[in-house]
Amino acid sequence: MSASSIPRIHPLWVRLAHWLNALAVTVLVLSGWRIYDASPLFAFELPRELTLGGWLGGAIQWHFAAMWLFAGNGMVYLAANLLGRRLFRRFFPISLSALLADLAAALRGQLSHADPGRYNAVQRLAYLFVMVDSLLLVLSGLVLWKSVQFPFLRELLGGYETARRVHFLAMAGMVGFVGIHLLMVALVPRTLLTMIRGR
Amino acid sequence: MNGKYSPPPAGNGEVLIREGLKDIGARLEQPLRRIFLQRALSLGGLSLLSGCAAIDEESVEAALMKVSRFNDKAQAWLFDPRRLAPTYPESMITRPFPFNAYYGEDEIRQVDAEAYRLEVTGLVADRHAWTLAELRAMPQTAQVTRHICVEGWSAIGKWGGIPFADFLRRVGADTSARYVGFKCADDYYTSIDMPTALHAQTLLALTYDGRELPPRYGFPMKLRMPTKLGYKNPKHIQAIFVTNTYPGGYWEDQGYNWFGGS
Repeated sequence: MSASSIPRIHPLWVRLAHWLNALAVTVLVLSGWRIYDASPLFAFELPRELTLGGWLGGAIQWHFAAMWLFAGNGMVYLAANLLGRRLFRRFFPISLSALLADLAAALRGQLSHADPGRYNAVQRLAYLFVMVDSLLLVLSGLVLWKSVQFPFLRELLGGYETARRVHFLAMAGMVGFVGIHLLMVALVPRTLLTMIRGR
Repeated sequence: MNGKYSPPPAGNGEVLIREGLKDIGARLEQPLRRIFLQRALSLGGLSLLSGCAAIDEESVEAALMKVSRFNDKAQAWLFDPRRLAPTYPESMITRPFPFNAYYGEDEIRQVDAEAYRLEVTGLVADRHAWTLAELRAMPQTAQVTRHICVEGWSAIGKWGGIPFADFLRRVGADTSARYVGFKCADDYYTSIDMPTALHAQTLLALTYDGRELPPRYGFPMKLRMPTKLGYKNPKHIQAIFVTNTYPGGYWEDQGYNWFGGS
């Protein structure tokens, strides 16, 4: 690459993990909404046209296929992040004062994106949140799938019925994150290019 | 075809006539073939396109089915024969316990207790048909467990009956066989793996909440497994068979996961 003068922001493995995760999350959320509609937990249903799978059986097939991609890809990402200590370099430290300052700047539309290689405090918190939220989705999903075989996890999450609610709320957290994430990408389109080209 | 024309041997009139007819046929064929080709390009093009879409959809479905078979294996591997599903106090029983079937409540099958015979076939030593009285004479047990539906909801109920492992031993079933299949009076059918069939909490349930199993819950007998989802728990069982040939199931054949364990 002759462009070595331009610093690489996202290594290839991060980009791969990102797009595989985007695919897995899309399939899981859309099929999950169809599964939710089979027996809504709350007083609303999700629009059927937005769901994946056609019927409950089809949605479950999609969901229980994409779960392997989501969990497997997520584990590789987390392991690489931890082993390479990238997690600590990119997402820490977060101080409350930096968070408040960056949040205020963001809301005023004055947040600087001069250095795309450095995450601001709000970004750090958002990305750490989605990592924890993903872990929660996998763990609560395991309880829903195999509540008898994972008794410790089941009790940790308050039993099968509570795990259903945890799974739903974690999904809502994920969808909320994706919404803000896409909005930010629309506001700073350069970040989309860096996630594709790496620079 | 670039078939080379070879002149007919001289003096053979019949061959001459035949060759001539062939020529005429070939000339007649030309416009017809052109028409067919044009049709093939339009209609065939369409069917080719839709054919492609159908193939794609089929291959996606086939791939998802493959993952589902992989998930069967993963669940069989995760299944611990000694791990028990949680049990609950009777105060936690869901009242009323929901009715669920592939048909509505107005279509609940009525099974005649007197005429009822449970067929037991396949890889078993004793193939005699069981009366309800014989089934009730077997040692019974009861448990309060959570029924989890594939739709996501769950409900706690109390089922009593014969531990299925006892029944299988009593009929001399080959417990090294892979599957136990069930056929029901409501035309439902399903099948389970042998390790789950032998699980301590798998019951041939004859009672619900201390009373004779009512029709809505599967009179006279249903299979109750707290280690599997609702659709794996057949009601109104008429026949049980032990086999090494994959028997499938009503919902499983339509795409529900076969193992369906929890």
